[in-house]
Amino acid sequence: MTYQIGGRDLKSRFFIGSGKLPSYAIIPEMVEKTGIEVITVAVRRINPETRHENIMDYIPGHCVIMVNTSGARNAGEAVRIARIGRELTGSDWIKIEVETDAKYLLPDNEETLKATEILVGEGFMVFPYISPDLVMAKKLAKAGAAAVMPLAAPIGTNKGITCAALLKPIINEIDIPVIIDAGIGRPSHAAEAMELGADAVLANTAIATAPNPVTMAIAMAKAVEAGRMAFEMGLLAEKEFADASSPLTGFLRRAE
Amino acid sequence: MIQQELREAEAIFQSHRTPVNREELMATVSKDFLNRADYLKLLAADDMEVLERMARRAHDITEQYFGKVVLLYVPLYLSDFCTNGCLYCGYSTTIDKPYKRKKLGIEEMRAEMEALKQNGFDSILLLTGGDRKRSSVQYIAEAVRIASAYFSEIILEIYALTQDEYRIVLESGASGLTIYQETYDRELYDKVHLYGEKKNYDFRLEAPERAIEAGLKHINIGSLLGLGSAVRDMFMAGVHGDYLQRKYPEVELCFSYPRIRPAGAVSGPEDPVDDVRFVRFILATRLFLPRAGISISTRENASTRDNLVGLGMTRMSAGSRTTVGGYATACSRPGQFDIDDERSVNQIVDMLQIRGYRPEFTNWVKGIA
Repeated sequence: MTYQIGGRDLKSRFFIGSGKLPSYAIIPEMVEKTGIEVITVAVRRINPETRHENIMDYIPGHCVIMVNTSGARNAGEAVRIARIGRELTGSDWIKIEVETDAKYLLPDNEETLKATEILVGEGFMVFPYISPDLVMAKKLAKAGAAAVMPLAAPIGTNKGITCAALLKPIINEIDIPVIIDAGIGRPSHAAEAMELGADAVLANTAIATAPNPVTMAIAMAKAVEAGRMAFEMGLLAEKEFADASSPLTGFLRRAE
Repeated sequence: MIQQELREAEAIFQSHRTPVNREELMATVSKDFLNRADYLKLLAADDMEVLERMARRAHDITEQYFGKVVLLYVPLYLSDFCTNGCLYCGYSTTIDKPYKRKKLGIEEMRAEMEALKQNGFDSILLLTGGDRKRSSVQYIAEAVRIASAYFSEIILEIYALTQDEYRIVLESGASGLTIYQETYDRELYDKVHLYGEKKNYDFRLEAPERAIEAGLKHINIGSLLGLGSAVRDMFMAGVHGDYLQRKYPEVELCFSYPRIRPAGAVSGPEDPVDDVRFVRFILATRLFLPRAGISISTRENASTRDNLVGLGMTRMSAGSRTTVGGYATACSRPGQFDIDDERSVNQIVDMLQIRGYRPEFTNWVKGIA
C-alpha cells in the first residue's frame, strides 16, 4: 500500500543514510533486497569530479535522494548547502541537519527552524532533523516542512526509542508525517518506532557498522513493515494484571 | 585563556600518582565520557589488558561518530626555506644542508597539483618552512588560490600567522590549519628553538584561536612526541583540543601524533614513544574527545597504519613526499623527515577496502566551506 510523503507516493517506510557505509557499491543490492526508496546523501561528500567511488553512480534511478546538510553550523550554512545539493543531485528533498554539539551531536532546533522557513520559501521539500520537541514540531509544520524527523536517541548510539514520551505527542498532534531518525540500533527499535505510529524510520550507523550491512538492512526493513502492520491493525493495550480465563467475580453472577 | 587552562592541567598532571590499579583503569575506560584527569590516567596506564579494553571502546566510538570511512589527503611541500633554528627539524638552519633550498614557482605548483589531482586527491595539505620573506603570506595565498582550482579542502601547515594574515589565506580559499606546539613545556620549547620567530611560545600557542577567529573551520594540533615528556605533552595537547572544542564547538578539531624521526640536529628522542605508547595515546584521545579527527601520516609504517584503521584514525595521508615538490617530477633530495609508508594511493585504497572501510577523498565539497 502506498502512502504520501514530500509529494511522492512511496511504498517503503524505511529510509537509509549513506554517510557511514563501508562502500557505496552495496547500495544497489540493498535497495533491491529491501525495497528501500529513500536514501540520504551528505552534500559535503558529493564530488562530481572524483576519480574514485561517487555515490551518485550507485543510487538506483527510482530512488528518491534526500540531500542532507550535515556539517552545517547554522541556518545560513544549511541553506547554502541545500542549494548546492539541489544543483548536484537534482533533488529538492532536503534533510536539514545543523549540529554544533561535539559530544552528543544533538541538533540545533532553532537554527533548523530558520533554515526551514527559508528553504520552504525556495520551493524545497524540507525534512528537519530535530530533538523531539512538540512545540518546535508544530512551528516546523506551520513553516511548511514536508515532515519532521525527531531523533529517538543521540545519533549513532544504538540506544533505541529512549524518549517515547516525547515522540508520542509529536506523532499524535501534528498533521505532517513523522520520520523517526537517529538512535535506531536494532530491528526491534525500528518496529517499536512504527508501533508508536511513526510514518517512517531512518537508520544509518546500525546498518553501516553491522558485520553485514545488507542483511541488517533487510532485517530492519522487515521490522519496519511488521511494526506498521501492527499499528494499522491497532495494538492491544498493555495490562498490569493477567486476564484470568475464569472471571474472579464470576461467583457473583452465579448467585443471580 | 589557553594559558590558564594549561596551568590547571599542569596541576592535574602534578597530582597524578602512578600506578593506578587495573580495576580503576577499567572503570575509567567504561565511562560514557572522560574528564581531563581520566584522560591522563589512561595516557599513563602501562597495562596491556587495559589497552585492549581501550581499543575495543575506541573502535566502537569511532564507528559511532565516523562510520566505516577514512579520509585520504596528500601533503605538498611548497618551500623548505627556513629562518628558524629548531634542533629537531630537517629544515632547520642549525644544520648544514648538502643541497640548495628550494621553493616552488607558480608553474611548478600547478604541475604538482595537477599530478596530485590525477591521483584522485581532493584534500591537500600545503606546507612551507618558516621564512616570512621567501614564503611570504602573499606567496602562500597565491598557492592556496591555485590549489582551490583543484582541491575542495586546503589545509595549511605553515608558520604562525596573525589573525589578519589568516583572513588573507582564508579568503584565498584555505579551509584549515595544522599547527603543532611541538612541546607544551615552555622551558624545553625555549631550549630547542634557538632563534627565529618560532621561538615565541605564546604566539604559536594562540595561533589556532586566531585562525578560528579569522574563519578557518578545520584545526589540527599535536605535540612532537618524544621531544619532551611524551605523556605530559600528549596530555597538554588533549587539553588544548578540549579547550578549543568547548570554546568553538563548530570547528572540526583534529589531532596528529608525530613521533620524532631521524632529522635535524637532535640525534634521538628524549623520551622515545614506542608502538605501544603511540597506540595508547591515540586510543586515549579517542575516548577523551570522541568526535575529534585523528590523522596519521606516512611517518608511520604501513603495518602500524593498517592496524590503526578502526581504532580511532579518521584521516591518513597517502603516496606522500616530504621533499619540495616531487610528485610531478622525481626528486632525490632529502625531505623534512623520512617516510616509512611508501605505498601509492591505490594501494592504500585497496587496503582500506579489504578491511571493510570506504576511502573518502572529499571532506567538504567546493563552495560549502
